[in-house]
Amino acid sequence: MFGARMQTVESAGGSAKRGFAKRGFAPWADRNAQPLLRIEGLRKRFGAFAAVDQLSLDIYQGEFFALLGPSGCGKTTLLRLIAGFEEPDAGRILLDGVDLAQVPPHRRPVNMMFQSYALFPHLNVEANVAFGLKQEGLPKPQIAERVADMLALVRLESLGRRKPHELSGGQRQRVALARCLVKRPRLLLLDEPMAALDKKLRGETQFELMELQRRLGLTFIIVTHDQSEAMTVANRIAVMDRGRLMQIAPPAEIYEQPNSRWVADFIGEVNLFEGRVGDDGLSVEGTALGRLRVSAKVNAEPQATVWVAVRPEKMQIMRAEPAPDQQTGPENCAAATVVDVGYLGDLSIYKLRTEAGVPLKAAVANTGRSIGDAISWDDKVWLSFPPQAAIVLTR
Amino acid sequence: MKPEYSFWQKLVVRIPYAWLVAFFLVPFLIVLKISLSQTAIAQPPYTPTFDVTAGWHGVRNFFAGLSLDNYGFLGTDPLYILSYVKSLQIAAFSTLLLLIIGYPIAYAITRMPRRGQAVLVVLVVLPFWTSFLIRIYAWMNILQHDGPLNQLLMALHIVSAPPAWLATDTAVYIGIVYSYLPFMVLPLYATLEKLDEQLLEAAADLGCPRWKTFWLVTLPLSAPGVVAGSLLCFIPIVGEFVIPDLLGGSRTSMIGQTIWTEFFANKDWPTAAAVAVVLVCLLVTPIVIFQNHAMFQKQDMRGSERD
Repeated sequence: MFGARMQTVESAGGSAKRGFAKRGFAPWADRNAQPLLRIEGLRKRFGAFAAVDQLSLDIYQGEFFALLGPSGCGKTTLLRLIAGFEEPDAGRILLDGVDLAQVPPHRRPVNMMFQSYALFPHLNVEANVAFGLKQEGLPKPQIAERVADMLALVRLESLGRRKPHELSGGQRQRVALARCLVKRPRLLLLDEPMAALDKKLRGETQFELMELQRRLGLTFIIVTHDQSEAMTVANRIAVMDRGRLMQIAPPAEIYEQPNSRWVADFIGEVNLFEGRVGDDGLSVEGTALGRLRVSAKVNAEPQATVWVAVRPEKMQIMRAEPAPDQQTGPENCAAATVVDVGYLGDLSIYKLRTEAGVPLKAAVANTGRSIGDAISWDDKVWLSFPPQAAIVLTR
Repeated sequence: MKPEYSFWQKLVVRIPYAWLVAFFLVPFLIVLKISLSQTAIAQPPYTPTFDVTAGWHGVRNFFAGLSLDNYGFLGTDPLYILSYVKSLQIAAFSTLLLLIIGYPIAYAITRMPRRGQAVLVVLVVLPFWTSFLIRIYAWMNILQHDGPLNQLLMALHIVSAPPAWLATDTAVYIGIVYSYLPFMVLPLYATLEKLDEQLLEAAADLGCPRWKTFWLVTLPLSAPGVVAGSLLCFIPIVGEFVIPDLLGGSRTSMIGQTIWTEFFANKDWPTAAAVAVVLVCLLVTPIVIFQNHAMFQKQDMRGSERD
């Protein structure tokens, strides 16, 4: 994707860990693994506002780690603390076991790609990319070679003499990336790297970035408020809210096994039903849809308040009432009226309301090509979901 | 399609031109004409004068009477050349001093919190609230033999005998640097204030220590401010009359004083006019070159912002 010269750069990359198997890459699950970056009890306040609050986190060599959260959740502050642009009020940041507290930003083996790109407007593309290498005092021929390799890698070899203002947004983004990567950082920090790109280019760039990260064997931390972006690129996602970590897990786990209502609601869409744990531990009683059956034993005392979360795409919509189970009668099922339909092409999003007025969301993949017979406004339908689709949340 | 402008729109556009013609071009042409004339003991003190009553004959006589003799005369007397050289020298050195003093001031202001910046900018222009002439008289007082400066130096035992400040080049430099500092600080502040803080962070991120970032990023990006401030100071300093006249000695003869002497003491209007025209040419040339350069850069930028 980034061209044939990848090989050159890669071999020059030296000790960089190469081509780990994507499947089974889970150093965070290995008790003996040493983290590349360890954050302990980090805290940073701006006045009365806690941007980062008692935050601890381990990141391992070769990870593509995403910090995801709503704006103002402290994710960019965390990135700036790692880069050294902010000083923590408490806590430690260790890189390869070395405390970074006394290391000024210009001596940290960490590079940051700024959201604004922060390209030097008075320098051309080559000089921008060479800037960091010149600071290392490398001999000129070596700098020229590494700059040329890097420009080829990001497909900008023909634009080396251009000034930043002579480039398109996508080209500027690649210069900013090249300028960081050429330094071969232990850790690359990306602050909303694709926020300024249009949607299509963003999608392509996400895959290019993953490819690049995997091939160079580098460790990336990306900050984003775009959950699909985080889900696409990252091995692990840390969901943040108000300076705290809500959950750290691989994308599928974050989506399928959120640890709280907040995470379930923040990542994707969700139907939430409050209820009490049934005496058998396999059901939740007293929800807006009545008694709901779940597939695994609920990790809470009977009668404790819990929430059942069901993703819209796991809801089934039927025109006819489902056949009741022989022994128990119809379960995890409700009659509802279609209130709103959002046709997205690949999916249709339905907003529904039960007779008791409970709002529900369902998503259906449009696998057929027929246009006329789709479920539409004011249709009376039945919604159901299997017990396996239900996530029980205790907080 | 060419846009159609109404009468009033055209008028609004032309007022500045009319202003420039009436108050800049016409006076300059009059001075140029006088510089091509000869001295005469008459009123006005030069010939030829334009005699409208003499008709065509008068016009022919008028043009026959003009000559470049005065410009030739400027070359023969070293007084004029020395005076030009002295003016350019004082202006160049003062501009350098102003940059050395003004840049740190402007830079320091941009490092302050927003609200403090406004206060400091007001303080920079505060001296303008007092008449320029009064401030120079104040300096005469400060710099005189038993003035506050010498008293201070004596009290601190820095000097054993009071040095003479007035009527020296040093006094002229002090007066000029003091008077022109706001003209240097304001354009520098305007450019430095726009400097994107993230560029400095990016430089640090790429391994550049702070002092080096100043040379590699801050200074190059503030070049437009340096040029603007320098031009804004250099040009009026070359023609400065009051400061060298009041603070300088008889040997500090800048071009403004030479013109004054020719005009008022010697009543030699044509020579004074010729000196003035040469001065304008000396000052306009660098501005035109700079303007062309700036225009070229701007077009260069505009041409590439298509995508």
